[in-house]
Amino acid sequence: MVSHIDLDKINNMQYDVLREIGNIGAGNATTALSQMINSKIDMKVPNVELLEFKNLPDIVGGAEKIVVGILFTLQGQIDGMMMFMMDMPASRHLVNLLMGGSEEGGTEEFTEMELSALKEIGNIIAGAYLSSLSGLTNLVITSSIPYLSIDMAGAILSVPAIEFGKIGDKALLIETEFGDDLKAVNGYFILIPSLKSYGAILSSLGL
Amino acid sequence: MNEMIKVGMADLNVCAAPDAITTLGLGSCVGIVLYDPVTKIAGLVHVMLPDSTKILNNENKAKFADTGIDELIRRMMGIGAKRSALIAKIAGGAQMFAFSNNSDMMRIGERNVEATKQKLKELGIMIRAEDTGANYGRTIEFYPENGELHIKSVGKDRKII
Repeated sequence: MVSHIDLDKINNMQYDVLREIGNIGAGNATTALSQMINSKIDMKVPNVELLEFKNLPDIVGGAEKIVVGILFTLQGQIDGMMMFMMDMPASRHLVNLLMGGSEEGGTEEFTEMELSALKEIGNIIAGAYLSSLSGLTNLVITSSIPYLSIDMAGAILSVPAIEFGKIGDKALLIETEFGDDLKAVNGYFILIPSLKSYGAILSSLGL
Repeated sequence: MNEMIKVGMADLNVCAAPDAITTLGLGSCVGIVLYDPVTKIAGLVHVMLPDSTKILNNENKAKFADTGIDELIRRMMGIGAKRSALIAKIAGGAQMFAFSNNSDMMRIGERNVEATKQKLKELGIMIRAEDTGANYGRTIEFYPENGELHIKSVGKDRKII
């Protein structure tokens, strides 16, 4: 039996559990990213936030900030979306670290090959996040292929926002910021389960 | 221009010249500008979904194309706009990600634009200009002083419609 939750009435204990999910998921994802680029990446304490749509883009630095967004749609016992967002300098830096070649901090547009590499990075990282979530909750999660868009944060976030708009006026998301010491590779993991999936997650953990 | 009034996602507001009105980072949402050229009163609604009747929780009128436009007109008439003078300019409704399978999610931008046009047609409001569809985000600014809608997108020149 899946409990239904009211987004406005989530209690502190439920918030703590969701934050812990962000912690474990993003922890694994950060480790995967760290190994990929062979350098230390730290993460901040995850935020579990209930946001009005109009405040949504503020979490990543404003509606007009240009970001790389890699989106996965989730199906299975947990559905919704997973988004991996980085700003342009961080994405360029990451691609250069992985593929060598172009000089540091280059601002040229990404080639097709580099875009594929970004998607693949997203794939590995999201996979690490989701497999830990799946292991923790014992729920089946199937992820789509990665979809990539480079655009204004507001425009990219409109996609998950619309999904939430079908059920309410706010979006609940589990957001974790990561970065290395030099702030050269930083970005966000954003897990956006559907409303019923929140119920499934919480009840799988006995709440 | 005096002040630039900001409208968020699922939000609406009105303004009069010399003020201007803007919404940032439109993706699959649609920005609908209504404008009375005589009084130079304008309104902007940033809608997320096409149809309020398909959704249970539909209290926020600005979220939907149908109720958003009605509410915008009501607000504009409240500050002196003339219903029969209104014209529209619309932008947005992009498909931000090239989804391969989920047709409902894939077409949301397009459906928002269709619903907007349908509603404006029912109300007899002419669409003077539009910049919709494609796969990129848009920031729009409307200047009631001259009726210009400015559209900014990443890596593209500013467009005026």
